[in-house]
Amino acid sequence: MFRLEARPQPSRFWIAVTPILAVIATMIAGGLMFAVLGKDPLASIRMIFWDPLMGEYAFYYRGQLLTKAGPLILIAIGLSIGFRAGIWNIGAEGQYIIGAICGAGVALAAYPVQAWYIFPLMVLAGGLGGWAWGMIPAILRNRFGTNEILVSLMLVYVAQHLLSSMALGLMRNPEGMGFPGSRNLQQYPSAANPELIAGTGIHWGVVAAFLSVIVAYVFMSRHMTGFQIRLMGESPRAATFAGVIPKRVVTFTLGLSGALAGLAGLFEVSGPAGQITIDFASGYGFTAIIVAFLGRLHPIGIMLGGLLMALTYVGGNLVQQQAGLPAAAIQAFQGMLLFFLLAFDLLSAYRVRLVKREHR
Amino acid sequence: MTTLLSLKGLTKAYPGVVANNNVSFDIDEGQIHALLGENGAGKSTLVKMIYGLVRPDSGQMTLAGQPYQPHEPREARAAGVAMVFQHFSLFDALTVAENITLGMENAPPRRELSQRIRDVSTAYELPLDPDAIIGDLSVGERQRVEIIRCLLQEPKLLIMDEPTSVLTPQEVEVLFKTLNRLAGEGTAILYISHKLEEIRTLCHHATILRQGEVVGETDPTRSTARELAEMMVGEALSSPTRKNTRPGKVALEIRGLSARSGNPFGTDLDEIDLDVREGEVMGIGGVAGNGQDEFMLALSGEAPVARAMVRVDGVDVGDLTPNERREIGLLTAPEERLGHAAAPNMTLFENALMTGNVRRNLSRHGFIRWKAAMAFADEIVHAFDVRTPSVRNTAKSLSGGNLQKFVIGREVLQTPRVLVVNQPTWGVDAAAAAAIRQALMDLAEAGAAVVIISQDLDELLEVSDRLAILHAGRLSQPRATDELTMEEIGLMMGGMEAQHVSA
Repeated sequence: MFRLEARPQPSRFWIAVTPILAVIATMIAGGLMFAVLGKDPLASIRMIFWDPLMGEYAFYYRGQLLTKAGPLILIAIGLSIGFRAGIWNIGAEGQYIIGAICGAGVALAAYPVQAWYIFPLMVLAGGLGGWAWGMIPAILRNRFGTNEILVSLMLVYVAQHLLSSMALGLMRNPEGMGFPGSRNLQQYPSAANPELIAGTGIHWGVVAAFLSVIVAYVFMSRHMTGFQIRLMGESPRAATFAGVIPKRVVTFTLGLSGALAGLAGLFEVSGPAGQITIDFASGYGFTAIIVAFLGRLHPIGIMLGGLLMALTYVGGNLVQQQAGLPAAAIQAFQGMLLFFLLAFDLLSAYRVRLVKREHR
Repeated sequence: MTTLLSLKGLTKAYPGVVANNNVSFDIDEGQIHALLGENGAGKSTLVKMIYGLVRPDSGQMTLAGQPYQPHEPREARAAGVAMVFQHFSLFDALTVAENITLGMENAPPRRELSQRIRDVSTAYELPLDPDAIIGDLSVGERQRVEIIRCLLQEPKLLIMDEPTSVLTPQEVEVLFKTLNRLAGEGTAILYISHKLEEIRTLCHHATILRQGEVVGETDPTRSTARELAEMMVGEALSSPTRKNTRPGKVALEIRGLSARSGNPFGTDLDEIDLDVREGEVMGIGGVAGNGQDEFMLALSGEAPVARAMVRVDGVDVGDLTPNERREIGLLTAPEERLGHAAAPNMTLFENALMTGNVRRNLSRHGFIRWKAAMAFADEIVHAFDVRTPSVRNTAKSLSGGNLQKFVIGREVLQTPRVLVVNQPTWGVDAAAAAAIRQALMDLAEAGAAVVIISQDLDELLEVSDRLAILHAGRLSQPRATDELTMEEIGLMMGGMEAQHVSA
């Protein structure tokens, strides 16, 4: 019989090793699932994890990798700061959509003026839009004690309907022959967020993501506000005693995570997506929650987690197209990753001991 | 007398520590048997084995001649062993009878139960209304509920864990009467305490534990408190000392402090007035739950009050935040070490930064000077003899006494003008408690005003110059400690002003 014993201190070794174990376990369990679906498990796993990086057409997929990882990392960094404080914004998807709508709105309003300041204004609008959407749960929580988890999640659905309305109504391309969707911002140079170095997939959003990793790292480990955020997550009463004002932390973290999600949306709509469409929202805001935990809420970990998650996206697409696996199988595969990660987390806080069964 | 419970070679080890090593002793029928020892001596592990909460690694127990190996408390209760825990497990919003029903396996109908509660409570002179709501009861009455809950099972052995830590002297007397009566009827009582005077008046026999081993058995009525303490600690003890200094000017002024409690079962503060001078140690006694927590929060700034209600050196601070108060020199150390005074999963140097940032300049332009924070933590660890491998260890990895030394040291080393501490030595071993008391007295001698809130009257009488009692959210007139008698203090704790008594 196994027994769990609490460690006096979390083990640093296991904190570092569990993500690797989780990936291996996901490969095994995912391989079994693929086998049940009648596919060659080894080939499928290889297609997900190896081909996008080293396969024949890797030059194409490697670019996609950063394009996918960028928004995941940017959103997850914002979320992780709130999660550290015990404030659970799970509505990043909504903030992402509103950021995209606001940013695209600036571009569409300015069209067809060509000027250098249009893109910076869009960035500002995108960030502000996400921030404002994040402030709704913050204000409701501070004023009325509502639960930010529920409010932020519900606001995702509101945002999705707003998105449909925009794609079909206000922002519909007047020259689009009646098809839903806005003008394509990639064809509007002052508003476009193009690939900066050909073939790498790096656009301004990816740059912002990597910058956010560095800033978040310094902020959380060196700055007093970052320390207070961690303190509040560790022990709310100790934080109040140390002079932290919880309402301010709520406002700050929900605003910040909203703003970063909004920026991610803006960079996406002006870059890879190009336009506001009904199906613009692709779940980055939800996947980023997985990425934040995959990275153990640590900026460097989130960067690696975002890259890994992007790999499962790109590789997942590949395996869908080439091996004909259903999209749901890929989602289940990604879910397993989070599941195993959380399950193995136990090892860092507890040690497992083998004990003889006690006779009763 | 016949032996009721006999322990032979009980051993229980946890990773890294042997909690009990080869413990053997007997408890006789009708005996009040004291189990003495410092925190961490293994008293609670031993009691948990007797009550079936923990299984021994080796060793045997016999109860009334029969082998006794309880796997869970239910079996222990069925065999006639009952226990009153130090922390009560009662639901504030339910009645006495409802609470008692919840703990019973085969609860009788409510009316019958209420009648039995009344019978037991009259038989043992423990007045208690079965229909009273727990939230309205005093701590002493709540303890009565726990005792009656045990007595309803007609136990052969009653275990009491630190039962008097929350009682007034008068309530203690009532409790002792009950226990003596039970013993007279043949019930054995295992009485855990570190209050030596009590043990000397109440108990027939004492077993002393140190570091998990029995280091002595004695008749406490024939030993002095000092002898018992030295057996417990294993070394000679020194009492805290202080040169008599004349108090200086008023450093802390509290005027008409009233505040609603944030807790529905808390106590509102009602018009508290108090002056504390430089160089003075002010003791605040009283039974827990009479406004101590609310008083503490109002002073620390966690629950700000009206601006003019609290003044430090003539500056109004009542509505300031905790850090603004720290800047002015008003520091506090709350009662609960883990989760309030310190963050359990954070390292000691992070915990040093927690309150030390303002006065020790541990950050510049918002950026933390980690080296300075570590140096500060190191300073605390050395000055207060905190036993830890390194300041990188987490707060929760420290023992209670060591963490308390750290928490008090953290505030003392910030050279406060006014330091307010709540239960500074609660659950702390005798050596650490002595060190903490000495540090507080030294701080006062250096010119700070020190306020100690405590339920330990012996502690307050030992260290404070003046003593006031908090009762139902009101503070009595402070009186010089050396003119007070125990009886007067007891009446003050019960809510009567000492003036009426002495007048």
